[in-house]
Amino acid sequence: MPERIQVIENILNANDRIALENRQILDHAGVFSLNFMASPGAGKTSLIEQTVKRLRNTLRIAVIDGDIATSLDADRAANAGAVAVQINTGGECHLDAVMLHEALPSLDLKNLDLLIVENVGNLVCPANFSLGTHKSILIASIPEGDDKPHKYPGMYRGVDALVINKVDLLPYIPFKMDFFKQGVEILNPNLVTFPLSCQTGEGLQPWFDWLTEQVKAH
Amino acid sequence: MHELAVTESILEIALRHAKSAEARQVTALYLVIGDLASIIDDSVQFYWDIIAKDTIAEGAHLNFRRIPIQMQCLSCQVQFFPTDNDFTCPDCASSRVKILSGEEFFLEAIDIQSP
Repeated sequence: MPERIQVIENILNANDRIALENRQILDHAGVFSLNFMASPGAGKTSLIEQTVKRLRNTLRIAVIDGDIATSLDADRAANAGAVAVQINTGGECHLDAVMLHEALPSLDLKNLDLLIVENVGNLVCPANFSLGTHKSILIASIPEGDDKPHKYPGMYRGVDALVINKVDLLPYIPFKMDFFKQGVEILNPNLVTFPLSCQTGEGLQPWFDWLTEQVKAH
Repeated sequence: MHELAVTESILEIALRHAKSAEARQVTALYLVIGDLASIIDDSVQFYWDIIAKDTIAEGAHLNFRRIPIQMQCLSCQVQFFPTDNDFTCPDCASSRVKILSGEEFFLEAIDIQSP
């Protein structure tokens, strides 16, 4: 006769345990860290470039780039002036805590203030795998359309700040900001939001100010 | 989405518990999955058949218990089951809501055969 054993174990428990270790390593070194998540093409790397260029004289910044293949993004972050490490996931659709755990030793954490982890471009999976970073940032963009919070609730629910990139394209694209923001409000009330354009530079200053404030407060 | 990684994690948990119970065979798993967890049963089953092969959990039956999304309106307190991903309150149309259930994602129990 089969016997039933109670288990009650969270399936992503292993990931969450490693995420906690990552957080402890970062805290111990005094590094403030961000997890950048977005669809492919929303502008994660562009925002990293702008952020590094602007803040590299006041903060010591490193970038860990997650991609299925190539080191194109890490190269862009390095060219902007950050210490950059590439993780190639080899097909996985998201970074997980173990991948970050393995990448951390390649950085001189004691000499860093800010670590930006750029997740794989994907609006579904990264939300389910915590990395242990301090804040999660979602980068939305105007060309993706105003229905994304409604269609990808998991991603919008779990983040600490929202960047809306490519606002310079608003005159050319039928994007109803009210509809977009209503979707966000339901999932994540009072979410701090930064409408900006990495292309024209408009709206970047409040993002820089907020980020600097976050690093100082850490 | 990432059902392979998830299925590997399910196998690891099941085998660990089976081992500590000194099981000879795992015959069934009972998974609880909320509708917000974005996990597809068929896809888990597909990977399971491949990765459980040659383990004591080979051929184990996967049982899925789905938990519907339930919400509560923070304005009028009514509890409701949203439809079509519309998370606004059906009574007062408020968008201030909280999730009561639907995010579950755990292995509840396993059936084992002992020697």
